[in-house]
Amino acid sequence: MSDDRDELDPGARGRTILFFIGGVPLIGLLAAAMVQLPRSGAGHSLYGDLLVGAAVRERHVTDVVTAINFDYRGFDTLGEELILFASVMGVLLILRKSDEQPACDDREDERQTRRAPPTSEAVRALGLGMIGVTLTFGLYIITHGQLTPGGGFQGGVIVATAWVLLYLAGDARAYERATPKPVVEAFEAVGALAYALLGFAGLLAGLSFLANLLPLGPIATAHSGGTIALLSVATGREVAGGFVLLVTSFVEEALAERAGSS
Amino acid sequence: MTLWFVPYLVAAWLFGWGLYGIVSSRNLVHLVLCLALLQTATYVLLMGIGWRAGGVAPVLVGTHPGQSVVDPIVQALMLTDIVVEATVMALLLAMAVQLYERLGTVDPACMRVLRG
Repeated sequence: MSDDRDELDPGARGRTILFFIGGVPLIGLLAAAMVQLPRSGAGHSLYGDLLVGAAVRERHVTDVVTAINFDYRGFDTLGEELILFASVMGVLLILRKSDEQPACDDREDERQTRRAPPTSEAVRALGLGMIGVTLTFGLYIITHGQLTPGGGFQGGVIVATAWVLLYLAGDARAYERATPKPVVEAFEAVGALAYALLGFAGLLAGLSFLANLLPLGPIATAHSGGTIALLSVATGREVAGGFVLLVTSFVEEALAERAGSS
Repeated sequence: MTLWFVPYLVAAWLFGWGLYGIVSSRNLVHLVLCLALLQTATYVLLMGIGWRAGGVAPVLVGTHPGQSVVDPIVQALMLTDIVVEATVMALLLAMAVQLYERLGTVDPACMRVLRG
Protein backbone atom coordinates (compact mmCIF):
# COMPACT_ATOMS: atom_id res chain seq x y z
CA MET A 1 0.00 0.00 0.00
CA SER A 2 2.63 2.51 1.05
CA ASP A 3 4.76 1.59 -1.98
CA ASP A 4 1.85 2.44 -4.27
CA ARG A 5 1.47 5.73 -2.49
CA ASP A 6 5.14 6.62 -2.81
CA GLU A 7 5.01 5.87 -6.50
CA LEU A 8 1.98 8.10 -6.87
CA ASP A 9 3.56 10.93 -4.93
CA PRO A 10 7.36 10.79 -5.17
CA GLY A 11 7.68 14.00 -3.13
CA ALA A 12 6.04 12.52 -0.01
CA ARG A 13 9.20 11.08 1.53
CA GLY A 14 11.18 14.25 0.86
CA ARG A 15 8.37 16.34 2.32
CA THR A 16 8.40 14.32 5.54
CA ILE A 17 12.18 14.61 5.84
CA LEU A 18 11.93 18.36 5.25
CA PHE A 19 9.25 18.54 7.94
CA PHE A 20 11.55 16.94 10.50
CA ILE A 21 14.51 19.12 9.46
CA GLY A 22 12.32 22.20 10.02
CA GLY A 23 10.76 20.70 13.14
CA VAL A 24 13.95 20.55 15.22
CA PRO A 25 14.61 24.33 15.21
CA LEU A 26 10.88 24.85 15.73
CA ILE A 27 11.04 22.82 18.96
CA GLY A 28 13.98 24.96 20.09
CA LEU A 29 12.15 28.20 19.31
CA LEU A 30 8.96 27.01 21.02
CA ALA A 31 10.91 26.04 24.13
CA ALA A 32 12.65 29.43 24.17
CA ALA A 33 9.28 31.18 23.83
CA MET A 34 7.62 29.08 26.55
CA VAL A 35 10.25 29.97 29.11
CA GLN A 36 9.26 33.61 28.62
CA LEU A 37 5.53 32.95 29.13
CA PRO A 38 3.90 33.77 32.46
CA ARG A 39 3.83 30.68 34.66
CA SER A 40 0.57 28.80 34.33
CA GLY A 41 -1.48 28.96 37.52
CA ALA A 42 -0.22 32.36 38.59
CA GLY A 43 -2.95 34.23 36.72
CA HIS A 44 -1.35 37.61 36.12
CA SER A 45 -4.11 39.58 34.43
CA LEU A 46 -4.79 43.10 35.64
CA TYR A 47 -7.48 43.69 32.99
CA GLY A 48 -9.12 40.36 33.84
CA ASP A 49 -9.20 41.15 37.55
CA LEU A 50 -10.58 44.61 36.80
CA LEU A 51 -13.45 43.20 34.74
CA VAL A 52 -14.22 40.46 37.29
CA GLY A 53 -14.61 43.22 39.85
CA ALA A 54 -16.62 45.48 37.56
CA ALA A 55 -19.03 43.14 35.72
CA VAL A 56 -21.55 42.65 38.52
CA ARG A 57 -21.25 46.18 39.87
CA GLU A 58 -21.39 48.07 36.55
CA ARG A 59 -23.48 45.78 34.34
CA HIS A 60 -25.41 43.53 36.78
CA VAL A 61 -24.02 40.54 34.82
CA THR A 62 -22.79 37.42 36.62
CA ASP A 63 -21.07 35.72 33.65
CA VAL A 64 -17.98 37.85 33.12
CA VAL A 65 -17.15 36.19 29.78
CA THR A 66 -20.52 37.30 28.35
CA ALA A 67 -19.98 40.79 29.79
CA ILE A 68 -16.69 40.96 27.87
CA ASN A 69 -18.11 39.59 24.63
CA PHE A 70 -21.29 41.64 24.43
CA ASP A 71 -20.34 44.77 26.33
CA TYR A 72 -16.77 45.65 27.23
CA ARG A 73 -15.41 44.23 23.95
CA GLY A 74 -18.71 44.22 22.05
CA PHE A 75 -17.08 45.88 19.07
CA ASP A 76 -14.75 42.89 18.62
CA THR A 77 -17.76 40.59 18.68
CA LEU A 78 -19.28 42.59 15.81
CA GLY A 79 -16.14 41.80 13.82
CA GLU A 80 -16.33 38.16 14.88
CA GLU A 81 -19.93 38.02 13.69
CA LEU A 82 -19.00 39.49 10.34
CA ILE A 83 -16.24 36.86 9.97
CA LEU A 84 -18.91 34.20 10.39
CA PHE A 85 -21.24 36.02 8.00
CA ALA A 86 -18.54 36.35 5.34
CA SER A 87 -17.47 32.73 5.62
CA VAL A 88 -21.06 31.49 5.25
CA MET A 89 -21.30 33.62 2.11
CA GLY A 90 -18.02 32.06 0.98
CA VAL A 91 -19.32 28.51 1.46
CA LEU A 92 -22.52 29.34 -0.45
CA LEU A 93 -20.40 30.80 -3.25
CA ILE A 94 -18.03 27.82 -3.40
CA LEU A 95 -20.85 25.26 -3.36
CA ARG A 96 -23.09 27.04 -5.86
CA LYS A 97 -24.46 24.85 -8.59
CA SER A 98 -22.52 24.67 -11.81
CA ASP A 99 -23.40 22.64 -14.89
CA GLU A 100 -19.79 22.14 -15.79
CA GLN A 101 -18.86 18.49 -16.18
CA PRO A 102 -15.72 17.27 -14.41
CA ALA A 103 -12.74 16.70 -16.67
CA CYS A 104 -12.18 13.18 -15.43
CA ASP A 105 -14.49 11.19 -13.24
CA ASP A 106 -13.62 7.92 -11.55
CA ARG A 107 -16.50 7.99 -9.11
CA GLU A 108 -19.09 6.10 -11.14
CA ASP A 109 -18.16 2.77 -9.57
CA GLU A 110 -18.05 4.17 -6.08
CA ARG A 111 -21.50 5.70 -6.33
CA GLN A 112 -23.17 2.33 -6.69
CA THR A 113 -21.59 0.97 -3.52
CA ARG A 114 -21.88 4.13 -1.45
CA ARG A 115 -25.64 4.55 -1.44
CA ALA A 116 -26.76 5.77 2.00
CA PRO A 117 -28.77 3.18 3.96
CA PRO A 118 -32.39 4.15 4.78
CA THR A 119 -32.90 5.92 8.10
CA SER A 120 -33.70 3.40 10.85
CA GLU A 121 -36.88 3.78 12.89
CA ALA A 122 -34.82 4.24 16.07
CA VAL A 123 -32.87 7.18 14.63
CA ARG A 124 -36.10 8.66 13.28
CA ALA A 125 -37.94 8.44 16.62
CA LEU A 126 -35.01 9.70 18.69
CA GLY A 127 -34.28 12.52 16.25
CA LEU A 128 -37.86 13.76 16.11
CA GLY A 129 -38.11 13.55 19.91
CA MET A 130 -34.89 15.53 20.36
CA ILE A 131 -35.78 18.41 18.00
CA GLY A 132 -38.08 20.21 20.46
CA VAL A 133 -35.73 19.68 23.39
CA THR A 134 -32.71 20.92 21.41
CA LEU A 135 -34.56 24.01 20.19
CA THR A 136 -35.71 24.91 23.70
CA PHE A 137 -32.25 24.32 25.15
CA GLY A 138 -30.68 26.50 22.44
CA LEU A 139 -33.10 29.37 23.09
CA TYR A 140 -32.45 29.02 26.84
CA ILE A 141 -28.69 29.26 26.31
CA ILE A 142 -29.10 32.32 24.04
CA THR A 143 -31.28 34.22 26.52
CA HIS A 144 -29.41 33.33 29.73
CA GLY A 145 -25.84 34.11 28.68
CA GLN A 146 -25.62 37.00 31.11
CA LEU A 147 -26.29 34.69 34.09
CA THR A 148 -24.48 31.42 33.38
CA PRO A 149 -22.07 30.30 30.63
CA GLY A 150 -23.77 30.70 27.26
CA GLY A 151 -24.85 33.44 24.88
CA GLY A 152 -25.64 33.94 21.23
CA PHE A 153 -22.79 31.92 19.74
CA GLN A 154 -23.23 28.79 21.82
CA GLY A 155 -27.04 28.89 21.76
CA GLY A 156 -27.14 29.66 18.04
CA VAL A 157 -25.13 26.55 17.23
CA ILE A 158 -27.42 24.44 19.45
CA VAL A 159 -30.50 25.83 17.67
CA ALA A 160 -28.91 24.95 14.32
CA THR A 161 -28.37 21.40 15.64
CA ALA A 162 -32.17 21.02 15.64
CA TRP A 163 -32.04 21.29 11.84
CA VAL A 164 -29.33 18.66 11.65
CA LEU A 165 -31.62 16.38 13.69
CA LEU A 166 -34.44 17.17 11.26
CA TYR A 167 -32.20 16.04 8.42
CA LEU A 168 -31.18 12.87 10.27
CA ALA A 169 -34.73 11.99 11.31
CA GLY A 170 -36.64 12.98 8.20
CA ASP A 171 -35.55 12.60 4.63
CA ALA A 172 -33.51 15.18 2.80
CA ARG A 173 -36.46 16.35 0.69
CA ALA A 174 -38.48 17.09 3.83
CA TYR A 175 -35.50 19.00 5.18
CA GLU A 176 -35.32 21.10 2.03
CA ARG A 177 -39.03 21.90 2.20
CA ALA A 178 -38.71 22.95 5.86
CA THR A 179 -35.70 25.18 5.12
CA PRO A 180 -36.46 27.67 2.37
CA LYS A 181 -33.08 29.25 1.66
CA PRO A 182 -34.21 32.89 1.09
CA VAL A 183 -36.06 32.85 4.44
CA VAL A 184 -33.02 31.51 6.33
CA GLU A 185 -30.76 34.00 4.55
CA ALA A 186 -33.03 36.88 5.57
CA PHE A 187 -33.21 35.50 9.12
CA GLU A 188 -29.42 35.44 9.35
CA ALA A 189 -28.95 38.88 7.78
CA VAL A 190 -31.47 40.50 10.12
CA GLY A 191 -29.52 39.10 13.08
CA ALA A 192 -26.26 40.61 11.82
CA LEU A 193 -28.00 43.91 11.02
CA ALA A 194 -29.69 44.06 14.44
CA TYR A 195 -26.29 43.82 16.15
CA ALA A 196 -24.93 46.75 14.13
CA LEU A 197 -28.11 48.80 14.66
CA LEU A 198 -27.92 48.25 18.43
CA GLY A 199 -24.41 49.65 18.18
CA PHE A 200 -25.63 52.75 16.31
CA ALA A 201 -28.40 53.21 18.89
CA GLY A 202 -25.62 54.08 21.32
CA LEU A 203 -24.35 56.78 18.94
CA LEU A 204 -27.86 58.21 18.47
CA ALA A 205 -28.22 58.47 22.25
CA GLY A 206 -25.07 60.59 22.29
CA LEU A 207 -22.99 57.81 23.85
CA SER A 208 -20.30 55.62 22.32
CA PHE A 209 -20.90 52.85 19.76
CA LEU A 210 -22.50 49.79 21.42
CA ALA A 211 -22.95 51.67 24.70
CA ASN A 212 -25.20 49.82 27.15
CA LEU A 213 -28.21 52.14 27.23
CA LEU A 214 -31.04 50.03 28.57
CA PRO A 215 -31.92 49.76 32.28
CA LEU A 216 -29.65 47.13 33.83
CA GLY A 217 -32.36 45.32 35.80
CA PRO A 218 -31.94 43.36 39.02
CA ILE A 219 -28.84 41.14 39.29
CA ALA A 220 -29.27 37.42 38.47
CA THR A 221 -32.55 37.74 36.55
CA ALA A 222 -33.15 37.01 32.88
CA HIS A 223 -33.62 40.71 32.08
CA SER A 224 -30.41 41.91 33.74
CA GLY A 225 -27.52 43.38 31.75
CA GLY A 226 -29.36 45.95 29.59
CA THR A 227 -28.50 45.59 25.90
CA ILE A 228 -26.39 42.45 26.49
CA ALA A 229 -29.45 40.18 26.21
CA LEU A 230 -30.57 41.89 22.98
CA LEU A 231 -27.09 41.62 21.45
CA SER A 232 -27.01 37.98 22.48
CA VAL A 233 -30.34 37.32 20.74
CA ALA A 234 -29.14 39.15 17.59
CA THR A 235 -25.97 37.04 17.59
CA GLY A 236 -27.98 33.88 18.20
CA ARG A 237 -30.15 34.65 15.17
CA GLU A 238 -27.12 35.23 13.00
CA VAL A 239 -25.24 32.14 14.17
CA ALA A 240 -28.27 29.84 13.97
CA GLY A 241 -29.17 31.15 10.50
CA GLY A 242 -25.57 30.91 9.33
CA PHE A 243 -25.09 27.34 10.49
CA VAL A 244 -28.45 26.22 9.08
CA LEU A 245 -27.36 27.74 5.75
CA LEU A 246 -24.06 25.84 5.96
CA VAL A 247 -25.83 22.55 6.68
CA THR A 248 -28.33 23.26 3.89
CA SER A 249 -25.67 23.84 1.27
CA PHE A 250 -23.83 20.65 2.22
CA VAL A 251 -27.14 18.72 2.16
CA GLU A 252 -27.93 20.13 -1.29
CA GLU A 253 -24.50 19.01 -2.43
CA ALA A 254 -25.19 15.48 -1.12
CA LEU A 255 -28.59 15.47 -2.86
CA ALA A 256 -27.06 16.53 -6.17
CA GLU A 257 -24.49 13.75 -5.78
CA ARG A 258 -27.25 11.23 -5.10
CA ALA A 259 -29.32 12.48 -8.02
CA GLY A 260 -26.29 12.03 -10.25
CA SER A 261 -26.03 8.36 -9.30
CA SER A 262 -29.64 7.35 -9.99
CA MET B 1 3.94 24.94 41.58
CA THR B 2 6.59 23.00 39.72
CA LEU B 3 4.34 21.81 36.90
CA TRP B 4 3.59 25.29 35.57
CA PHE B 5 4.82 24.43 32.08
CA VAL B 6 2.57 21.38 31.53
CA PRO B 7 -0.23 23.25 29.63
CA TYR B 8 2.38 24.80 27.33
CA LEU B 9 3.95 21.40 26.74
CA VAL B 10 0.54 19.91 25.83
CA ALA B 11 -0.07 22.86 23.50
CA ALA B 12 3.25 22.28 21.73
CA TRP B 13 2.50 18.53 21.52
CA LEU B 14 -0.90 19.14 19.88
CA PHE B 15 0.58 21.75 17.56
CA GLY B 16 3.33 19.38 16.45
CA TRP B 17 1.00 16.47 15.72
CA GLY B 18 -1.44 18.74 13.89
CA LEU B 19 1.39 20.07 11.73
CA TYR B 20 2.71 16.57 11.04
CA GLY B 21 -0.81 15.48 10.06
CA ILE B 22 -1.12 18.36 7.60
CA VAL B 23 2.26 17.67 6.03
CA SER B 24 1.68 13.93 5.63
CA SER B 25 -2.05 14.02 4.83
CA ARG B 26 -3.38 12.03 1.88
CA ASN B 27 -6.99 13.11 2.24
CA LEU B 28 -8.31 16.67 2.30
CA VAL B 29 -10.96 15.93 4.94
CA HIS B 30 -8.27 14.40 7.15
CA LEU B 31 -6.12 17.49 6.47
CA VAL B 32 -8.89 19.83 7.63
CA LEU B 33 -9.30 17.78 10.82
CA CYS B 34 -5.53 17.99 11.42
CA LEU B 35 -5.80 21.77 11.12
CA ALA B 36 -8.56 21.65 13.74
CA LEU B 37 -6.30 19.57 15.99
CA LEU B 38 -3.51 22.10 15.48
CA GLN B 39 -5.86 24.87 16.53
CA THR B 40 -6.82 23.09 19.75
CA ALA B 41 -3.24 23.85 20.79
CA THR B 42 -4.22 27.53 20.98
CA TYR B 43 -7.11 26.67 23.34
CA VAL B 44 -4.80 24.83 25.71
CA LEU B 45 -2.26 27.67 25.51
CA LEU B 46 -4.90 30.32 26.33
CA MET B 47 -6.33 28.23 29.16
CA GLY B 48 -2.83 27.73 30.52
CA ILE B 49 -2.10 31.45 30.51
CA GLY B 50 -5.42 32.35 32.14
CA TRP B 51 -5.48 29.63 34.78
CA ARG B 52 -5.04 30.66 38.38
CA ALA B 53 -4.34 27.97 40.97
CA GLY B 54 -7.38 27.66 43.23
CA GLY B 55 -9.44 30.02 41.07
CA VAL B 56 -13.08 29.35 40.13
CA ALA B 57 -14.76 29.92 36.73
CA PRO B 58 -15.60 33.59 36.01
CA VAL B 59 -19.30 33.00 36.67
CA LEU B 60 -19.99 35.00 39.80
CA VAL B 61 -23.03 33.14 41.08
CA GLY B 62 -22.72 32.18 44.74
CA THR B 63 -19.15 33.43 45.06
CA HIS B 64 -18.05 35.80 47.78
CA PRO B 65 -16.12 39.01 47.06
CA GLY B 66 -12.39 38.40 47.03
CA GLN B 67 -12.82 34.88 45.67
CA SER B 68 -9.92 33.97 43.38
CA VAL B 69 -11.22 33.80 39.78
CA VAL B 70 -9.45 32.62 36.60
CA ASP B 71 -8.86 35.16 33.84
CA PRO B 72 -12.08 35.75 31.82
CA ILE B 73 -10.27 37.59 29.00
CA VAL B 74 -8.61 34.50 27.55
CA GLN B 75 -11.91 32.64 27.76
CA ALA B 76 -13.60 35.34 25.70
CA LEU B 77 -10.68 35.14 23.25
CA MET B 78 -11.15 31.39 23.06
CA LEU B 79 -14.76 31.87 22.00
CA THR B 80 -13.50 33.95 19.07
CA ASP B 81 -10.95 31.24 18.39
CA ILE B 82 -13.64 28.54 18.22
CA VAL B 83 -15.84 30.63 15.93
CA VAL B 84 -12.91 31.24 13.59
CA GLU B 85 -12.05 27.54 13.61
CA ALA B 86 -15.64 26.62 12.73
CA THR B 87 -15.70 29.09 9.83
CA VAL B 88 -12.29 28.01 8.53
CA MET B 89 -13.35 24.35 8.65
CA ALA B 90 -16.62 25.10 6.83
CA LEU B 91 -14.79 26.97 4.07
CA LEU B 92 -12.07 24.33 3.66
CA LEU B 93 -14.58 21.45 3.65
CA ALA B 94 -16.62 23.27 1.01
CA MET B 95 -13.45 23.56 -1.08
CA ALA B 96 -12.76 19.85 -0.54
CA VAL B 97 -16.29 19.01 -1.75
CA GLN B 98 -15.81 21.21 -4.80
CA LEU B 99 -12.41 19.65 -5.57
CA TYR B 100 -13.89 16.15 -5.31
CA GLU B 101 -16.62 17.30 -7.66
CA ARG B 102 -14.12 18.59 -10.22
CA LEU B 103 -11.22 16.15 -9.92
CA GLY B 104 -12.88 13.03 -8.54
CA THR B 105 -10.37 12.67 -5.69
CA VAL B 106 -9.60 14.11 -2.25
CA ASP B 107 -5.94 13.04 -2.26
CA PRO B 108 -3.80 16.18 -2.55
CA ALA B 109 -1.04 14.11 -4.17
CA CYS B 110 -3.35 13.51 -7.15
CA MET B 111 -4.00 17.23 -7.61
CA ARG B 112 -0.83 18.24 -9.37
CA VAL B 113 -2.48 19.56 -12.49
CA LEU B 114 -3.48 23.19 -12.48
CA ARG B 115 -6.58 23.80 -14.54
CA GLY B 116 -8.02 27.12 -15.51
